[in-house]
Amino acid sequence: MADATPKPRPKPFSIPRQPMPEQPPHVRVGNFREVPFGLTPDLAILEATRCIQCKNPQCVPGCPVSVQIPEFIDLVAKGKFVEAARKIKETNALPAVCGRVCPQEEQCEMPCVLGKKGEPVAIGRLERFVADFERVTGNVEIPGIGAPTGKRVAVVGAGPAGLTVAGDLVQIGHDVTIFEALHKPGGVLMYGIPEFRLPKEIVQAEVEYIQKLGAKLECNSVIGKSITIDELLGEEGFDAVFVGTGAGLPYFMNIPGENLIGVYSANEYLTRANLMKAYKFPESDTPLNKATNVAVVGGGNVAMDAARTAKRMGAENVYLVYRRSKKEMPARVEEVHHAEEEGIEFHLLTNPITYHGDDESRVTSVECQKMELGEPDASGRRRPVVIKGSEFKLTVDTVIVSIGNGANPLIPSTTPGLDTNKWGNILADQETGKTSKKGVFAGGDIVIGAATVILAMGAGRKAAAAMHEYLKTGAW
Amino acid sequence: MFPILETKEIAKNVYLQRVQAPRVAKKRKAGQFLVLRRHEDGERIPLTIVASDAAEGSVTIIFQAVGKSTTEFARMKPGDAYLDVVGPLGLATHIEKFGTVVGIGGGIGAAPLLPIATAIKEAGNRLLSIVGARTKDLLILEDEMRAISDEIVVTTDDGSYAKKGFVTTALQEFIDRGEKIDMCIAIGPVPMMRAVAEVTRPHGIKTMVSLNPIMVDATGMCGACRVSVGGATKFVCVDGPEFDGHQVDFKELVMRNRAYLREEKTAMERIEHKDGKCVGGAAVPAGGGN
Repeated sequence: MADATPKPRPKPFSIPRQPMPEQPPHVRVGNFREVPFGLTPDLAILEATRCIQCKNPQCVPGCPVSVQIPEFIDLVAKGKFVEAARKIKETNALPAVCGRVCPQEEQCEMPCVLGKKGEPVAIGRLERFVADFERVTGNVEIPGIGAPTGKRVAVVGAGPAGLTVAGDLVQIGHDVTIFEALHKPGGVLMYGIPEFRLPKEIVQAEVEYIQKLGAKLECNSVIGKSITIDELLGEEGFDAVFVGTGAGLPYFMNIPGENLIGVYSANEYLTRANLMKAYKFPESDTPLNKATNVAVVGGGNVAMDAARTAKRMGAENVYLVYRRSKKEMPARVEEVHHAEEEGIEFHLLTNPITYHGDDESRVTSVECQKMELGEPDASGRRRPVVIKGSEFKLTVDTVIVSIGNGANPLIPSTTPGLDTNKWGNILADQETGKTSKKGVFAGGDIVIGAATVILAMGAGRKAAAAMHEYLKTGAW
Repeated sequence: MFPILETKEIAKNVYLQRVQAPRVAKKRKAGQFLVLRRHEDGERIPLTIVASDAAEGSVTIIFQAVGKSTTEFARMKPGDAYLDVVGPLGLATHIEKFGTVVGIGGGIGAAPLLPIATAIKEAGNRLLSIVGARTKDLLILEDEMRAISDEIVVTTDDGSYAKKGFVTTALQEFIDRGEKIDMCIAIGPVPMMRAVAEVTRPHGIKTMVSLNPIMVDATGMCGACRVSVGGATKFVCVDGPEFDGHQVDFKELVMRNRAYLREEKTAMERIEHKDGKCVGGAAVPAGGGN
């Protein structure tokens, strides 16, 4: 398939931001297919021509991996979609993923000059479009790989951080092996983010790309258990290790009734639904309890994913219970919007205090109390304060606790000399990813706590550069 | 892929398999478990590692075919392979010279008991064993346990073989005859472990139990396996599987293990339907393992 013919550029300010066609809400709540269809070539070119090609672009510093945004958009405007995809891939190994899940409104699109008077260029949608175009048209090419350096690198965790490190180092010529604990690579992209937001086929295609670059992948390897970090650096013969194991320890609230049947961590609910394909049960073997009324506790992106998944699993009513107001929600505006469109009922300024169950220990209701906003707390957000006597019950048969994740202790607890902070996050230099242990680098959620895919990738990029330096010089 | 080297039915509906999994075989210690998956749509099933052979690169598992997945496992032949094997997982048993240790295995629980009891014996302890089953057909590993025990009592609930009664009856007899028991390890059905803990509690005998709740990832990521121990929530997959039996909330564990009874029945009916015949056995929760 040839690239679409470029058209003469109209005046940028005369064109509105192009919407991305998507499944209407009443249809998409009945399926797990991706919500947006993506831009068409014509829409992409039209959108790209909105970019005024700033001499001093503010979008690039807004991107944690410094994608050369004006350059790739210029290629899109000229109809050179495949070239545009390759331009992005110079600094971003996972464009089809980032185009979908990056919070562009807080990053590249926020400083866009067009956004000052109207709407910014839809950089994320364009990134997604060219990455999809390159893949669907079979134009993915393997770039030149550096001569073998003879150095071996172990990457622990096949999530966004680890895949970025692997992609960068293997291209330089290092011998890279990725160790993944689960049976499929991708980390949170596979077990956490739902199919309707990030199709798993795309994740696997991006992982295959990293493998085609030459990185080896060993699934079912729980580093810290199957093999320790010291063994990787010792008998397994690796010269450096990158730890990108993510934030994989679900927090609970420690309130009465939290261990009733039907109370899930978001990690469990989403892992069952996504990685284990519970939506196909009984064709797939891993079930989820059938639910009619679901309460999701939390206000982040994961809470939105859980709520929207519950809807698609057949729940009639899905309540989102969040203790602050909508303004303080950490979730992306787009995700909140999608959730509202799909009929998720928001119970804001509401906090669960007790879960009640039946004689089989199945959850039947959640007792909540209303909150009001008081003085700002350490996070700068106004602290929710209990309104006395405001208790009420919601009838539910499933609860999904989505209040965040901590660091999994498997690696720190089995790696002498690897320092952590009081929350169990690995201490690593922000610029280099260097930890307290020689030869061991770390980045992503295991270092900074639960954050975004692109921040993990940004940390991976920096760590990869520092690892290359270390492998060259041996200097720590 | 992880090929099966050997498979045999060692009691009614109870299977022993030797599976090629070199990394697990090299690393495992007594008390640890692994997770297996049969096929692309399969669930992750946790099972205790009964034995390993590092030279051959193999591990031995024993399981009862009760749910859909374990029934599929049971039908596998040498040369067939598991799609995924992960391990060793969980904390290894804390082994030291305690003195006199009573090891109790109820039903399929004799399988996870064997490696622990072996390690306990090797550490220089005097080992008194009790191996029980509902009925003679379900009794496993009697000879293996006898070989490592200083004394062994075998019980069947229905009296179809050896001593009639529960494992707790035999344990009470040890206590009554004045044995100074320094440690007790009990593995088996939840009601059995709870009953053992109640027998030892008044005598202040430290009692460890090995739990087998429903798990998904089994690496501490999901919390499906959470259990209350001494009032605190623990994840069995990373904090266990062994806990102080006097602290475990067994009632909660029993309930949580029943979370997917309905779904497990649906899944079982499907394979029975596919076979055009009825396979016996009550439904148990997915990931009920062991």
